[in-house]
Amino acid sequence: MIKKYITENEIENLTKLSKITLSETEKEIFLIKLNDSINQYAKLKELNTEGVPATFHLEDSTQHFHEDIVKPSLPQNVVIGMTKYNENGYFRVPGILP
Amino acid sequence: MQAHDYIELVKNKEINIEQIITALFNKIDQADKDLGAFLLLDREGALLQARELDKRVKKNDIPPLVGLPVAINDNICTQGIETTAASRMLKGFIPPYDATVVKKIKDAGGIIIGKTNVAEFGIGSSSENSSYKVTVNPWDKTRVSGGSSGGSAAAIAANEALIALGDDSWSSGILSASFCGINGFRPTNGLISRYGVISHTSSLNEVEIFAKGIKDIALLMNTICGFDHFDSISKNANTPDFLSFCYDGIKDLVFGIPKEYFDYNLDLGIEEKIRESINIISSLGGKIEEISLPNLPYALSTYSIIATAEASSNLARYDGVQYGLREESDDLEEMYFKSRGNGFGSEVKRTIILGNYFLSSNYYDEYYLKAHRVKTLILNDFQNAFQKCDILIGPTSPLLPPRIAENNDKNESIQSPNAFTVAVSLAGLPALNIKCGAASLNNLPIGLQIIGHHFEEEKVLRVAYNLQKNLTI
Repeated sequence: MIKKYITENEIENLTKLSKITLSETEKEIFLIKLNDSINQYAKLKELNTEGVPATFHLEDSTQHFHEDIVKPSLPQNVVIGMTKYNENGYFRVPGILP
Repeated sequence: MQAHDYIELVKNKEINIEQIITALFNKIDQADKDLGAFLLLDREGALLQARELDKRVKKNDIPPLVGLPVAINDNICTQGIETTAASRMLKGFIPPYDATVVKKIKDAGGIIIGKTNVAEFGIGSSSENSSYKVTVNPWDKTRVSGGSSGGSAAAIAANEALIALGDDSWSSGILSASFCGINGFRPTNGLISRYGVISHTSSLNEVEIFAKGIKDIALLMNTICGFDHFDSISKNANTPDFLSFCYDGIKDLVFGIPKEYFDYNLDLGIEEKIRESINIISSLGGKIEEISLPNLPYALSTYSIIATAEASSNLARYDGVQYGLREESDDLEEMYFKSRGNGFGSEVKRTIILGNYFLSSNYYDEYYLKAHRVKTLILNDFQNAFQKCDILIGPTSPLLPPRIAENNDKNESIQSPNAFTVAVSLAGLPALNIKCGAASLNNLPIGLQIIGHHFEEEKVLRVAYNLQKNLTI
């Protein structure tokens, strides 16, 4: 039996967290698909993982340090020029403060 | 023609690069109308580079990949050439720099001919999830070419390029190679720099190589491997001569056959062809052992939880501010919501939402942490297997290429096309697909997956080289 892990209210909250708008049709389809997926993944609960360490990185991560020397980087005008919404060397966005 | 043969002809001044590249574009113009492998062709840039290389060849200044036509997956940044990751979100995005792999190919005399189709941001096992087009299977145009890197695999199968690069998170490149009947190679994590690859899952994404010959893969590995301080997992080690691994003989190797592969409901003809390949290995002197990967059935769920969680974080950068799609609004929050809502396709939105669910404080331990513990069990399975054998062999996929529109329904089912490749990605192991036969019913290609231990590319390439020489397809 399919368990409903995500409810209508919860999907509203998740879309807010994700900063994504969904149409009403998308919400209906996603509710079914997301719950199907989580029902499938809940299979992992069958496994006893008590005392098993989590593997987040395959190897001991080695931090690559750099010499503290200034090197050439991308020109500011090139980076800013990737959007038409730029002004005086800055990215332009809608007003943040009310 | 294979890539290493082509380079020999150029070196010997038997062919003119500009003429070959011109003829190749003419061929793509015809063949790609139905296939849909390319999103963009850089005709002008490629021909300019071809003319310059012809001049260098005349002066006996011959770089290692001289004039080699290379197709690049649209998830990999190419300076001055539009790179969209097959998403509306990045329509019109022109990267100001080359990915390290692209720079290395260009520096070695390779010619970037264009950008190939991919599932949007590399999410999904089919290029059907592209925002722009569907790449069909060259063997049967009613079927998928695989994915995420379906465009690159189809381009090689249809002779539209001699080498192609893809990106890969659940060994879906290996899967695409299987569906298209070509070679696809995913090396150990850290051998090839991922700098400039548009990644949706940083712990799993890798660059993959597609080609028709094993020597072609080795040739490209010689160029693109090596340490890159721009990639935090890049391995700082000497790069071997990968071409030297293509030699006769596998008598010294023990081959493990995971019994779980054959517990699945394999499509008709797959088991027969895999067993034939195992017999060839035996006849060449390889020792065969049955082994077990008991946690294989949990790999898909483990991958999905980790990948969706990482995608929800990685794709947060697409907010319409610095590049990519921006929907107009007077309100900053509304601009984010509208840009992301209209820029991302359905599968990507579903992935982000699911990832945020797993990362929520209520579910973090239950899913996200749990998945990383199961990842340890899967790694342990492989460690145990490699104590008994040198190489693992099995089908690349339990399925023949599904029909278009049927594929996405299978992604998360037990019969996912990725059921056998995803564990390899989680473990970061090197793996290579070769075509080992065709289904007698419909002539669709069947792929054999050759898996090695970490940094044992030598054994993987050697086995693939020997098998390809001895298979009668």
